[in-house]
Amino acid sequence: MDLENQAAIKSIVDEIGSENLMVVLGMPGEGLRLAVETLTTGDPSWAGPLAGVSLGLPVYHILEEKVRAQVPEEVYAEKLLMMEMVLDLPQIESDLASMRAAG
Amino acid sequence: MTAYLRAAANVLVHVPDLVRYGSKPWRETIRNDHAPSEVFTDLRPFGEAVDYAPNQAFIGNLPPENLGEIQAPWYENPSAGASPMGVFGEILPQGSFYALLEAADQFGLIMLDRGRFVPDAVGSESAAALLDINQPTKEYGQEDISGRIERGEALPLFQDGNLVGCASRDHDADESLDARILLENLSAKASGAYALSRLLTQEGIAPEQVEYVISCSEEAVGDRYNRGGGNLAKAIAEMAGCVNAAGVDVKSFCAAPVYALVHAAALIEAGVVGNAVVVGGGSMAKLGMKAYFHLEKGMPVLEDVLGGVAFFLTGDADAGPRVNLAIAGRHAAGRPSTPQGLAEALVRDPLARAGRKIASVDKYAVELHNPEIMLPAGAGDVAAANYRMLAALAVMGGEIAREEIPGFVETHGMPGFAPTQGHIPAGVPFLGHALERMRTGRLGSTMVVAKGSLFLGRMSRQADGASVLIEA
Repeated sequence: MDLENQAAIKSIVDEIGSENLMVVLGMPGEGLRLAVETLTTGDPSWAGPLAGVSLGLPVYHILEEKVRAQVPEEVYAEKLLMMEMVLDLPQIESDLASMRAAG
Repeated sequence: MTAYLRAAANVLVHVPDLVRYGSKPWRETIRNDHAPSEVFTDLRPFGEAVDYAPNQAFIGNLPPENLGEIQAPWYENPSAGASPMGVFGEILPQGSFYALLEAADQFGLIMLDRGRFVPDAVGSESAAALLDINQPTKEYGQEDISGRIERGEALPLFQDGNLVGCASRDHDADESLDARILLENLSAKASGAYALSRLLTQEGIAPEQVEYVISCSEEAVGDRYNRGGGNLAKAIAEMAGCVNAAGVDVKSFCAAPVYALVHAAALIEAGVVGNAVVVGGGSMAKLGMKAYFHLEKGMPVLEDVLGGVAFFLTGDADAGPRVNLAIAGRHAAGRPSTPQGLAEALVRDPLARAGRKIASVDKYAVELHNPEIMLPAGAGDVAAANYRMLAALAVMGGEIAREEIPGFVETHGMPGFAPTQGHIPAGVPFLGHALERMRTGRLGSTMVVAKGSLFLGRMSRQADGASVLIEA
């Protein structure tokens, strides 16, 4: 996960705390796995502001069924419909399920 | 007047000893307090970079589609019959490139020790032409070189573990003229001139015939009062002997090559010039960008080459396929910078304005990043994702059914094969292949689609992009 995004999320947590915060991601695959790890247990590359910082934030993907159901239809058609066909949704759901199961 | 694409050339420069000066490797070197001589000392030799199938596809010796048939990992399965000389490009070894760097320098910045430096036997007519035009005027010895390095004024240049030269700064208080920045800029100039020279020798065009040069290179050339002031184009034109050419730089991150093609074609159509060259030099900063991911996974460092591209556009009738400016996509500032917003603006809309369907274009040339470099870094298969986006657009437009997405990707796409050199993979490396196929009637049209990440420069959160249709 890039260092700027790590810094941005860390500063939001510093400001408002992590209790009412969740992160919604857009990337698939290895990038998703690394981002989830960074936002829960800390930056595995030990290079960014979240190295050694376990935020334990709930992390979702924008195209997960329960998240995308929250997006108004016209916004979805304009911004997300194409990516729904590009990304491998079942893979994303199963990646997240296994990461959540692993805690 | 109509503008035609007459020729394309793609070059690679194998520079294992410059990888340490890439942005990421250099930051790690400083952070860990290592000496430049201690890091990245054992990268793959020239022969392996030549044998690497994506590099063979880049210089025209292998159709990119054939990469899909080569067993992964590609770095363990050399391309049969590989050669540094390609159908529309070539691969240059480091020693020859050091000589080109010295030839590119007019300010005593690159010093090579003639007693130690071994220029590779230059089998390249294009590189030889540049050395012929730009002969070094001064000779340097080991004391000049080690003195500058010890005073902290220059970076060492290595060859086979030996110190053979240095690259100097030109001011002690101007960070725009710092040694690494100047080496980066000279690398773009020398590799751009090499691509241009290859284009001209390949096509038998005299350098004096070129009227205009547009550089789409990414480097910020300038001093502290004009950082990024530019006109690398004219420096490249001069180095390549294009004495009758004026020039200018066109920039928009990785989208610049397509803008440059559109601008060059428009200048020809408007009658401002009779011909124009678009040239892009290589990006030293991106050497070894993802090297630590590769090393962690036991892979060789694959980002050990600079890329260069050059294209010749002319108003001479039927010199090649037409650059169709009526079907050129642009992304307006008010549009969403989402993948979908970009794809609609760059592909769907310009085709729809001309009453054409997405599937009417034979091949799309999108960002052609080599997936073997990108995937280990978690960056995804950029080319594959882009082709799926176009297929999804076709689904949304009712052209194809959702189940036909894989077939669309197969027919209208190809695997990525370009090194991760920013603007270099931006669609344009396919143009050499497209020209070969169009000449023999195997391809009717290709649309080049490039995107740029404006947010990297912090002036805007937008993305950008440009596209244009090229058809026989």
